[in-house]
Amino acid sequence: MTTDALHRGGAGGSGGSAPPEPALLKVDQLTRHFKIGNALSRRTLHAVDDVSFTVGEREIVALAGESGSGKSTIARVLARIYEPTSGTIAFGGRDLRTYKSRKDRLAYSGEVPMVFQDPFASINPVFRVSHGILRSLKLHRPDLSAQQRREEAARAFEVVGLNPQMLERFPYELSGGQRQRVGFAQALAMRPKLILADEPVSMLDVSIRIGLLNLMAKLRDEEGVSILYITHDIASARYVADRLIVLYAGHIAEAGPIEDVLSAPKHPYTQLLLSAVPDPTAPLTEITDRGEPPRVVDPEPGCRFRWRCPLAIETCARVTPRLSELAPGHAVACHVAATGAEVKAFTS
Amino acid sequence: MPGNAILEVSGLSVDYVLESGNIRAVDDVSFALDRGEFLAIVGESGCGKSTLLFAVAQLLAPPAEVSGGTVTFGGNNLVGLTDKELTTVRWRDMSLVMQSAMNALNPVKSIGAQFKDAMQAHGKHTKQEIYDRSAEVLRMVGIDPVHLRSYPHQLSGGMRQRSMIAMAMLFTPDLIIMDEPTSALDVVAQRALMAQIKQLQQTYGFAIIFVTHDMSLVSHFSDRLMVMYAGQVYEIGDTGEIFAQPRHPYTKALLEAFPSVRGPKVPLKGIPGNPPDLARLPQGCRFQPRCPVAFEACTEIAPELYPVNGSAGSSGQARCLRVKDGYR
Repeated sequence: MTTDALHRGGAGGSGGSAPPEPALLKVDQLTRHFKIGNALSRRTLHAVDDVSFTVGEREIVALAGESGSGKSTIARVLARIYEPTSGTIAFGGRDLRTYKSRKDRLAYSGEVPMVFQDPFASINPVFRVSHGILRSLKLHRPDLSAQQRREEAARAFEVVGLNPQMLERFPYELSGGQRQRVGFAQALAMRPKLILADEPVSMLDVSIRIGLLNLMAKLRDEEGVSILYITHDIASARYVADRLIVLYAGHIAEAGPIEDVLSAPKHPYTQLLLSAVPDPTAPLTEITDRGEPPRVVDPEPGCRFRWRCPLAIETCARVTPRLSELAPGHAVACHVAATGAEVKAFTS
Repeated sequence: MPGNAILEVSGLSVDYVLESGNIRAVDDVSFALDRGEFLAIVGESGCGKSTLLFAVAQLLAPPAEVSGGTVTFGGNNLVGLTDKELTTVRWRDMSLVMQSAMNALNPVKSIGAQFKDAMQAHGKHTKQEIYDRSAEVLRMVGIDPVHLRSYPHQLSGGMRQRSMIAMAMLFTPDLIIMDEPTSALDVVAQRALMAQIKQLQQTYGFAIIFVTHDMSLVSHFSDRLMVMYAGQVYEIGDTGEIFAQPRHPYTKALLEAFPSVRGPKVPLKGIPGNPPDLARLPQGCRFQPRCPVAFEACTEIAPELYPVNGSAGSSGQARCLRVKDGYR
């Protein structure tokens, strides 16, 4: 079963922020800004600033952060819903900007499909479930005959643990968990290399979530698909992901093999996140932080976490910290951590 | 502990009256809440937890209606009272904090104007009184009173949710009912809000009914825990005891459905299947089709709530035949 492979964690062949070359996806200094306000007060919202990371073959990378951290913006840029303000994205070694023709674009979105957060809104309610999956097959894999499309849809349904007879059901006949499996089946039918999963389990009941997380691990282990798992739930990230990227206010705060990051978090924000995770088995930790959202509209240079950081030094207010590798594959963007000092801002 | 109980719910059932037949969303629920107690109600979507809250607050709208039982609050049975009669109780003695503050607050009115509305609807107050009290409750939840002039969209999610709680405290009620107040917040804001709710409760002594789907969230904050499944109470007892030793297989499965950020990484299975359709309930125990330890009798006998043999004085109960037989 898939669960054995879960233990692979970050210790597998994928360890480190530089997985074996060539990386399936390489994001380099990605920046995405949004203009807000009107003609009188023009302001710029820095949703994603200078973000670089890679996703290797057969790897689940968790992109974690709170609302407003830029994690969904990154997913949308990768899905080509937004154009990047600057920076480059290479998929399979090829720059995304060179995917121009309709054929290229379809090929890309077939190889990098997205699974959405809300399974109740992402499936067309007036058609049978088969409609969406057959249509996307027709678009993305035009070489298949109608018969082959049906077979492919049935295969995808079986892989995600749904009875192929469910193809003829209407969305209202399915539970939330089943709908989200339909979402994964739709992505899988296109024989993808990388699935962008934006909070795929957050709307589901707790008893159903684990089943979906196990499915993601199965897709990686048996179908060889990589997944960019976007989430605010560190515990579920730890359960399935190989590597973790922690975002704060559009910057990467910390990145590395997930067990390394969670067992020895080096960025104060990662420590705060971990200490806030409810844990019935541990005594309650004292937290004074209110969880106020970061300031990303026309931000000044400096660390964006400095207002909440108990360890902030004078440099933090002047210089934006850059990611630096403090342990193999484990990179942190913190001036204090970079000095080699032990960072203990929040205990968990 | 009669006499000390502020709220007593007894045999409460709620039906959704539909053309295709009645659906019982809350089935014979009984519990009592002491003054200043924190009761958490946990369950999956569709288990009836929100319907139960609405029944307690007498806010049910058709097609839902109370089909049996009583809700005794401060000595009066609320079931069957008219809106006018309820006005004296609502908000003054019992208030409600909804799941999504963004939806519960009026987007085109300032926070202060909404506080004023609530105060004027439940009594006569001068302008100064209204301002003083509004500023005071905002300070209680740690928000600067300048935000009385702010509109909901100008506040962060955490501040909105805290201003909802401030609004619920305008009249220092005896009971505040909270329906997943933290579910829209980030973990850090969620934790901060939980700690603040607990601290306010200790200072002002109101009782809380807190509904959530996330058991681990309330583990450190609630006094008692009630687990609901398919409209029924499946386990109720002291929070610490239930976490230490869940008696019902469903409670146990729920606790094990959460991956942990600490300790060894263990493969989890979750709970197979889906919660039952309330219109087509399984025979016997409602959890039986998904239960890993079900035996023959479970498919035939509908279990009742049986007392668990916990430590002396514990009032824990679980709806499982295995608990009845003392079998584990």
